[in-house]
Amino acid sequence: MNTSELRDLYRTMVRIRIAEERIADLVEAGQVKCPCHLYIGQEAVAAGVCAALTKDDYVWGGHRSHGHYLAKGGALDPMMAEIFGKSTGCSDGRGGSMHLYAAEVGILGTVPLVAATIPLAVGTALASKLRADGRVSVAFFGDGATEEGHFHESMNMAAVYSLPVVFVCENNFYASHMGLMERRRADNIAKSADAHGMAGEAVDGNDIQAMVASAERAVSRARTGGGPTLIEARTFRWRGHVGPAWDMDVGVKRKDELKEWLPRDPVARARTLLVEAGVDAAALDAVVAKETAAVDAAVEFARRSPSPSADELNRHVFV
Amino acid sequence: MSEPRTLNYAAAIREAFEQLLEHDPRVFVIGQGLWSPWYVGSSMTDIDKKFGRGRIIDSPVSENATTGAAVGAALAGMRPIVVHPRMDFMLLAVDPIVNQAANWSYMFGGKRGVPVVFRPIINRGGEQAAQHSQALQALFMHVPGLKLVMPATAHDAKGLLIAAVNDGNPVMYIDDRWLYAEQGQVPQEMYSTPIGQAAIRRAGGDVTVVASSYLVPQALKAADDLASRGISAEVIDLRSIKPWDKATVYGSVGRTGRLVIADGGWRTCGVAAEIAASVAEEAFDALRAPIVRVTLPDTPAPMSKQLEDAYYVDARQIGDAVARLLGVASAV
Repeated sequence: MNTSELRDLYRTMVRIRIAEERIADLVEAGQVKCPCHLYIGQEAVAAGVCAALTKDDYVWGGHRSHGHYLAKGGALDPMMAEIFGKSTGCSDGRGGSMHLYAAEVGILGTVPLVAATIPLAVGTALASKLRADGRVSVAFFGDGATEEGHFHESMNMAAVYSLPVVFVCENNFYASHMGLMERRRADNIAKSADAHGMAGEAVDGNDIQAMVASAERAVSRARTGGGPTLIEARTFRWRGHVGPAWDMDVGVKRKDELKEWLPRDPVARARTLLVEAGVDAAALDAVVAKETAAVDAAVEFARRSPSPSADELNRHVFV
Repeated sequence: MSEPRTLNYAAAIREAFEQLLEHDPRVFVIGQGLWSPWYVGSSMTDIDKKFGRGRIIDSPVSENATTGAAVGAALAGMRPIVVHPRMDFMLLAVDPIVNQAANWSYMFGGKRGVPVVFRPIINRGGEQAAQHSQALQALFMHVPGLKLVMPATAHDAKGLLIAAVNDGNPVMYIDDRWLYAEQGQVPQEMYSTPIGQAAIRRAGGDVTVVASSYLVPQALKAADDLASRGISAEVIDLRSIKPWDKATVYGSVGRTGRLVIADGGWRTCGVAAEIAASVAEEAFDALRAPIVRVTLPDTPAPMSKQLEDAYYVDARQIGDAVARLLGVASAV
């Protein structure tokens, strides 16, 4: 990976980190009311996978998808406006944080029902195969989703039809309040690939270079007719399941684990790599400043935007 | 317009599939048993041979994944039809239908519709018991964002499937194995039966009988019997369960003053309950007598033939209900 590519990835991760920290502040201040599931700590997964994709490829996410949306190229303003419930939001104020939409970059909707978008990703991949349009579909989901029937049915179906889809499990070791090992007998999500007859690998989800390399292998396999791949990206969310709390919400204490994970900060690691490659710290600070300004502007845009009017309550039930 | 021919209901469905697949490269079909007449009767015979098994996909035993994949493919611009050879099994796919497809347009501010058709087949009777018999239209009628159609004639079996695929929204097309042998006039060309329009199948002045699907021929049979006893029943075929044609139903009740609603589902919160409530709310002044529902009891489907005969709604139950309403003696 050359320095310029790494710098682009750093910019994406910084954008996600700053947006998420701002949203955390806004939730804490009571200015944002809808449930926000923050991506802080997992930035390298979305940034790394989306770097291996083209604009036309499809990306599917779940409740924790601000990072996927931004990494795929979704615009900040409509995302922030959506989180504020404004009519300029990407979903016209009908969806909020958990319902992001940016069809122009291949995001046809993110939804919070755990695992629900995994079969939808298989569907866009099936459409691509039937049309021979060369697109790849990516399903992002958490470790909890691997316990749903959706996951296993979809993995099997994608393998049977050799579909161009990449399953990216972001294993952050918690499904809401329940630790991974309270929910399964072995820490072996990547092995589900063997059971379903597809390629699979576990990767350090906090290492941006490893993430890109893993995603490139999987995307290239999908694009050249080699079928699906399961990537288990091992990472950690710094905040609670939902909202800005650091180490404790829904009654879970995770302080010790967090202490282990904070030094593995994917954004700081990318910055260190850039500095080691000779990039001037001032240039990196400028990236942070620029992204901060973009987030400021998005919040301003959201605040200024009108709310949907009550007389359009029943609009959009059908197209 | 070509000369209509006589086709049976199953052949009319098959012709709709054939024309949709020929006409629109976005259309594909997925579901269990599509390569086997045992599952889908004669409604899809050899469709896979004509259009290839890449496009007519007989799937793994995964209702959730196949239905979800169809929703995803529809979001990508395809026009999938998902077949569930028994409606009961479709309950394993409620998440993609209810949480996803039905909500999608609204959740994303009308930015994208989901042009998917769910085709559950009602396949009951023959001592198949509670999990091979269910008519679950009311369950899905409750959900905003879904349209439901239930053809009663060969003509509509074809026209409503074509309308469903072309609608642009998620549509549940519910056909019924008990109707597969029903003959009817079916034009050769591709045509749509408009969703949301009922049809008056028989004009009458004393009572309005609203029915759908297999209960339309049953209601017509009841109307014949009633006519011989001097009662003139108007029979409305709903065709669409949601949206249902209020104007036609209210207009008819305005002429007859009496309403009997027959539905092949359960009683509580059923299709008949919804129509009864709407008429009571919005057309109360037209009523000269209480509204009557003819439905299944709130009981799972039985097995034994003797119990089945008592369970399923038929012409006699409809005729008896009308006779009671009008204060005349029952047929038997």
